[in-house]
Formats: sequence, structure tokens, C-alpha cells
Amino acid sequence: MTHNELPLFYVFHFYFFGIVGIASAIAFVTRKSPVAAALWLVNTMFCLAAMYVLLDAQFIGAIQVLVYAGAIMVVFLFVIMLLNLGHASALSDARGMSGKLIAGLVGFAILAQVFALTRAHVPEALTLPENALANQFARSGAIAPLAGPLFKEYLLAFEVTSVLLLAAVVGAVVLGKRKERIRAH
Amino acid sequence: MTLVALLQAATGYTTTPNGLQHLTVPDSGWAWFIATVVKMLLTFTIYMVGVMMVIWAERRICAFIQDRRGPNRVGPHGLLQSVADGVKNIMKEETYPGEAYLPLFILAPVMSFIPALITWSVIPYGAPWDSKWGTIDTALAPMPIGFLFILAIGSLGVYGIVLAGWSSNNKYSLLGGLRSSAQMISYEIAMGMATIPVLILAGNVSLNTIVSRQAGWGLHWNVINVTVAFFVFMVAAFAETNRTPFDLPEAEAELVAGYHSEYSAMKFSMFFIAEYANMMTVSALMATLFFGGWDIPFTLWDNVAPHTLIKTLVTFAFFWVKILFFVFVFIWIRWTLPRFRYDQLMALGWKFMLPTSLVYVVLIATATWLLEYMGVHPASWQFAVAMLGLNVVAVGIIFGVIDRGRLISPAYSRLDKRHIDKLREARYGRARLTPATSEGGAD
Repeated sequence: MTHNELPLFYVFHFYFFGIVGIASAIAFVTRKSPVAAALWLVNTMFCLAAMYVLLDAQFIGAIQVLVYAGAIMVVFLFVIMLLNLGHASALSDARGMSGKLIAGLVGFAILAQVFALTRAHVPEALTLPENALANQFARSGAIAPLAGPLFKEYLLAFEVTSVLLLAAVVGAVVLGKRKERIRAH
Repeated sequence: MTLVALLQAATGYTTTPNGLQHLTVPDSGWAWFIATVVKMLLTFTIYMVGVMMVIWAERRICAFIQDRRGPNRVGPHGLLQSVADGVKNIMKEETYPGEAYLPLFILAPVMSFIPALITWSVIPYGAPWDSKWGTIDTALAPMPIGFLFILAIGSLGVYGIVLAGWSSNNKYSLLGGLRSSAQMISYEIAMGMATIPVLILAGNVSLNTIVSRQAGWGLHWNVINVTVAFFVFMVAAFAETNRTPFDLPEAEAELVAGYHSEYSAMKFSMFFIAEYANMMTVSALMATLFFGGWDIPFTLWDNVAPHTLIKTLVTFAFFWVKILFFVFVFIWIRWTLPRFRYDQLMALGWKFMLPTSLVYVVLIATATWLLEYMGVHPASWQFAVAMLGLNVVAVGIIFGVIDRGRLISPAYSRLDKRHIDKLREARYGRARLTPATSEGGAD
């Protein structure tokens, strides 16, 4: 199948998830209640996952939901609910006119960058031949193309990253234990 | 299309940006479309009716185990009891706690139900049908990442419960919700680890591959090849669905009714439906991952061409037999085992199931590699027999050595001999109970 013109089905879902994702992101930064904001963020992550699936990165899409929406945001919610943050109006991050101005400028710069990138010419060497991913899926499944390089060429980097994560876990345990030791003395 | 055109004009984004020409676009055409719509309707109908019947079955089986009659007034054998309850719940007044956060209070029951339903979209129900309009897959959406999709959606089930607990603004509800999220996050890890051996054997994460690897005489069913993983998965499944012996989020004696204390009428019903829906989903997963999916054992009839409609229907029926068997196991265990203590639950998840499944992953990976190195083909009977032998040893070690002297292996403290003797006495030396003679009755 040639894709000079993507089907309506595809285009519809692209815009649907795009618009819902952006709307949720706006709701996320404007909601006063921390719990509502966190849930809008979850919705944004869903839409992002859908976008990944539309781009044939199905593994990344599933991991996006599994790790961010299913694990990290649940822990966030946990913390928000337990802390009982009080009234939300005192919690705003962007304080003062200059803070808001800088935040707006950064947002505008990123938006401009996105527009520039969609119009940029992609070098021939970076584009895949037609149906390359579909053939790869049929040949070795959705995750083998990712697992191969990760556990062969880049095994060392992968293992070093896992050591870094382990160090973070150990650090968290040490910080959690410290209070107890102070109290004991 | 006009909206799309408008958006394209506004954003300058064309439908074929550079570098995106290689995208896979799903099948289209009328056969695919009609088949998908029919599959959606069928899935939803069977599922909802199934939930109703499972609720009825739970009450009848519970009554049988407790030597009572159970619901037997509405319809033959009380079959329509769930319909009557549904009508009652719709007619009842909805109550809202004064201090509840209403948007989430209303959203929570829906969010606990939807993930269980979505999971069904990737499960293959039966053998594919070679119709004259092309091969029709029995899974609604046969995704290449099938199993990861299930894990991802399954991890969302916790939201409904946590939000219900928090938005009710009731300390018992909140405690129930927190317990539940801790429990589900802990057991999700064990559940994911327990399925890695299955994925190692299948060499892929798509459910169609997992099922087709197990197809055949029944010797390649994963329950035979990776038995320990099945046990871990089953225990984790009980915890994930908040069923006894892991129903701490709604422990009546401690938390009134846990996260749904404040819910009434249809919103309570949604939680109730969600529990049984989850039970059926997890049963379907156990059947697919460990019991060959739609495969019929002791015959090759279902695995060879031609793939007629009859084959699809028979394998579909067989798949449901497996699901209902696991649903029965769920109900059976609920009315047999007492509830765990919270620390026992956490100790079981983190100190026993997680290490066990980790060691098991290494064991299975090594065994698979060794067998392939020795030239044993993974689809041969020698491979299955070798794996069976390995599993007999592993199960023997777990239940005969590690579990020795403990009632349920990881329950944290070791029971001394005096305790066990006492329990055995209670089991064998009890007086025979006289059967109840009352007619009917609720529950």
C-alpha cells in the first residue's frame, strides 16, 4: 500500500488524540485541585501513548501507559491524597509577572520549534523504506527490533543504566533510614 | 473531512509529512469493518450476560458450600436473580456524601469497570476462520504487543478504587483505597514476572503467538511447561481482583466496606459488576497464557486446515469452558480460605512470590537455552517432557521443602508443631454438622 495519502481513519485518530491530549495538558496546568490536575496528566499520557501507536511504536505506547499512567501517576496520586495539600490557590508555582512571562516565552519557543520541524526536510538516510516496519513486525514481532540492539550492541550502556537506577533505590532507602538514626541518638 | 481540512490549513500539517511514509496502516475494507463491529457487539453482550451469570453462580455455589439453598425464587433455579437485583439497584435512590468530591465520586465506578472490559479486545477467543471474505481473526484487535497491552490496561484498574476511596471523604474508604493500591502495585510486579517464562517460550508477546505455541496435543500447554509461573500468576490474580483471601481493601470487620462504603444503588452495582468482570478477565488470561487458549487437548483437529466456521465455534466453546472452570476456582477459594493479614499479604508478595518468580525466570531461560543447545526442538515432545520433569522438581521443592511447616507458604511466621496438630484436629475431629433445612433465602 502506498501512503501518499493516509486514510481518513488514521487522520481522524491523529487529530482526535492530538486535540484531546493538548486540551488535557492545558487542563492539567490550569486546574486548582491537585488530584484533578494529576488525572488530567494521566489523560495526556494516554493520548501520547495513542500517538506512539499511530507512529508504529506500539511497545513504547504500551510502556507509556504501563509505567507512567499505571505506576508513577498512581504513586503521585497516593502522595497527593496523603499529604492533604490544603487549598490550592497558595500552591501555584509560577509566582509574579516575570515568572509567568518567562514560562510563556519558553512555551512559545517550543511551539515554534515544533512548527519548524514539521516543515523541515528529512534526510534520505533517516527515512525507512516503505512498509519496513510492517515487514519487521511480521518477521520478528513488535519488540524484537528493540530488544536486539538493547541486549547486543548497547548491553554495557543498558547495564550501567540499571546500576544507576539501583544507586537511586539505595539512596532512597538511605534517606528514608536517616531520620530513624537521628532520633535514636 | 472539512474539519480535518480546516485543521490542516491552520497547522500547516499535511497528512504525509516527510519521513512518515513507512507507517503500517491497519486493514480496511468492508469485511474487516463488519467483522470488527460484530465482534465488538458479541464481546460486549457475552461479557455482560456472563457477569450476570457468574454473580448468580457465585451465590449458588456459596450456598452449596455452606449447605444452604441460595437464591431460588426469581426464575428457574433463581437464574434471573441478577436481573431482579439490577432493576432494584436502578430504581434505588442515589445518595451522595455531603463532603464528597463529586466529579471523581461519580467517575470512580466507571473507571474500575472499563479496564476489565478493554482487556478482552486482545484475547483470541477461537481458531481463526478462513471465510470467503478473507481470514477473520477471533481477537477484536490482534495487536503485536498483545500481552503488554493487557499489562498496561490492567495497571489502570487501581485508579477506580483509589479515587473511590479518596473522593468519598471517609477514612474507611480512604484506608481501603490505599490498601488496594499498595496491594495491586505489589502483585502486578509478581504477575508480570510470572509471565516472563511464558514469553520466553513463545518468543514473542503477541497472544496469537502464545496460543499457537501451545497448540497441539496439549503437551505444550504452559501449565505443564512452566508450572511454577502458573501458580504465581494465579495467586497474583487473586490479589489483583481483590478476591478472598486477598480482599483486604473491603475487609468488613475493619473497614465497614472499604472503598465502596459510601456508594449506593447503581454506583455500588458498578463496583460489584467490576469485581466479577475482573474475575472473568483474569480467568480468560489464565486460560490463554497457561491452558492453551482455545486449543482443544488430545486432538489435532482444531490446529490443522481447513479452518471452517465449525472449528471456530467449537474452539470458542472450549475456551469458555476453561474460563468458567477458573471462575469456579475463584468462587471455590473464596468460600474456603480465610482472609490474610495485611503484613502477611505484603510478605507473600515481596518476600516470596517476587524472588520465586525471578529465580524461575533464570531457571526457565537456562533450561530453554540448554535444550536448544542440545538440539531439542522447542515444538518436539522431548522438549515438553524435559520441561515437565524440571517443573516436577521445582514444584516439589517449593511445596515440599520451602512450604513445609507452614499452612500457606509465605504466611510470615512459621507454625510450630503444636499449632499444626491443633489445626489438623480441628479438620479431622470435628463433629458432623447437620444440614440446614430452611427453604431458600437471600444471598
